[in-house]
Amino acid sequence: MSKIRVLVGTRKGAFILSADGTRKRWKVNGPHFAGWEIYHVKGSPVDPNRIYASQTSGWFGQIIQRSDNGGKTWNTPGSSAEELKNPDGMSKGESNKFVYDTSAETGKPLTTHQWYDGTQHPWEFKRVWHLEPALGDPDTVYAGVEDAALFRTTDGGKSWHELAGLRGSDTGPKWQPGAGGMCLHTILLDPKDRKRMFIAISAAGAFRTDDAGKTWRPINRGLHSQYIPDPAAEVGHCVHRIAMHPSRPNTLFMQKHWDVMRTDDAGDSWQEVSDNLPSDFGFPIDVHAHEPETIYVVPIKSDSEHYPPSGRLRVYRSRTGGDEWEALTKGLPQRNCYVNVLRDAMSVDSLEPCGIYFGTTGGQVYASADAGDNWKPIVRDLPGVLSVEVQTLP
Amino acid sequence: MIRVVLPPHLRTLARVDGEVTLDVANPVTQRSVLDALETRYPMLRGTMRDHVTQLRRPLVRFFASGEDLSHESPDAPLPNAIAQGSEPFVIIGAIAGG
Repeated sequence: MSKIRVLVGTRKGAFILSADGTRKRWKVNGPHFAGWEIYHVKGSPVDPNRIYASQTSGWFGQIIQRSDNGGKTWNTPGSSAEELKNPDGMSKGESNKFVYDTSAETGKPLTTHQWYDGTQHPWEFKRVWHLEPALGDPDTVYAGVEDAALFRTTDGGKSWHELAGLRGSDTGPKWQPGAGGMCLHTILLDPKDRKRMFIAISAAGAFRTDDAGKTWRPINRGLHSQYIPDPAAEVGHCVHRIAMHPSRPNTLFMQKHWDVMRTDDAGDSWQEVSDNLPSDFGFPIDVHAHEPETIYVVPIKSDSEHYPPSGRLRVYRSRTGGDEWEALTKGLPQRNCYVNVLRDAMSVDSLEPCGIYFGTTGGQVYASADAGDNWKPIVRDLPGVLSVEVQTLP
Repeated sequence: MIRVVLPPHLRTLARVDGEVTLDVANPVTQRSVLDALETRYPMLRGTMRDHVTQLRRPLVRFFASGEDLSHESPDAPLPNAIAQGSEPFVIIGAIAGG
């Protein structure tokens, strides 16, 4: 029977929730890296026991952790006892070294972006928001960081190098931080075209590369953001999350600061599909594992009130790729609920029927084993949840 | 032997309990102590000082013999009590709020 492993990043550590394919009885393992903020934990699609974690601290900076046994044990890549026996005697200890590339060879040196007050501000590395293991190689991982840039490792996390063409694109000086910082939070790899990749940045927008990350262009036509000087600007949109079904990589779904959007031409143009949502503000968006037109969002009241409308925690599902939304409430609190669900805190499994999972800032991780019709908390009292990823294991 | 006290988060990261003891050649300075510490525990690189500039991270502080040495030159000799191992070199995460 298949197994499910849910990788949860929280404000105070990582947790691993596991169950068999019935998804009824769960084991909770953790905290791993207790006391540290764990922004994201994600496993390799080709080797599910290879898991990467982004561990951060305002005091002590960024740490990258790696497990080769499904989360039982962890190491900072390049500093294990075996690797300390290299010819130099000691490893470099560079698994947490994220240095922006300003070389002339790999893109225009770019050292400033737009600050909140409109002035230019230097790029300063703060943390890794999202780790995206490559589709075909467990040693290759992409990292989306704050201040916004894309890094890649090809040696299992021992060293990281910026794909500088993104930050060096012409629009870089116009990027600006959102309320949560200027973060690159979404990385989507096209399974049908290994040279195509999508990323999203708050608050710059969505970008696409068609040459494996060398060059990038903004794909924000059709987005409309009332809160910026030019609502239809090329960049400056606060994109919160993008989702893709692997069978249809040209169709993307977006939860923007306000508005839920879709594109069917790989981002060349976007259309709004918010329609009957009680609020089209929110953070996560995800796609059903077996139905490419079934999508999920969690409406939040507003940009200044980050909790569900009317204190009712409702996931909304559209089976038509947007516009026609139904509230999913069974098992979710329907009064006095004022939690948020952050952008990386929703995920799906690939069992039949599809399982949907999300974590809240109140520390609950909810699961539905029937595509959202019924929900139960796996665990109720974790630290605030930053991210949720699901692995479906044989 | 030089004694070093790490803050709890870095003890967890380095997987050590209590004080760390290090062999450090003379002269014993902040830089030589941190170099020895990072050589023994490479996972600590980048957590106390910047990978590239080698400057102290803003919310990390260094204390010795009850004195805050965070703003002293990293190449200034540390007090004899530290060099002789009778007192520990203390690394803390600054408390920046209540």
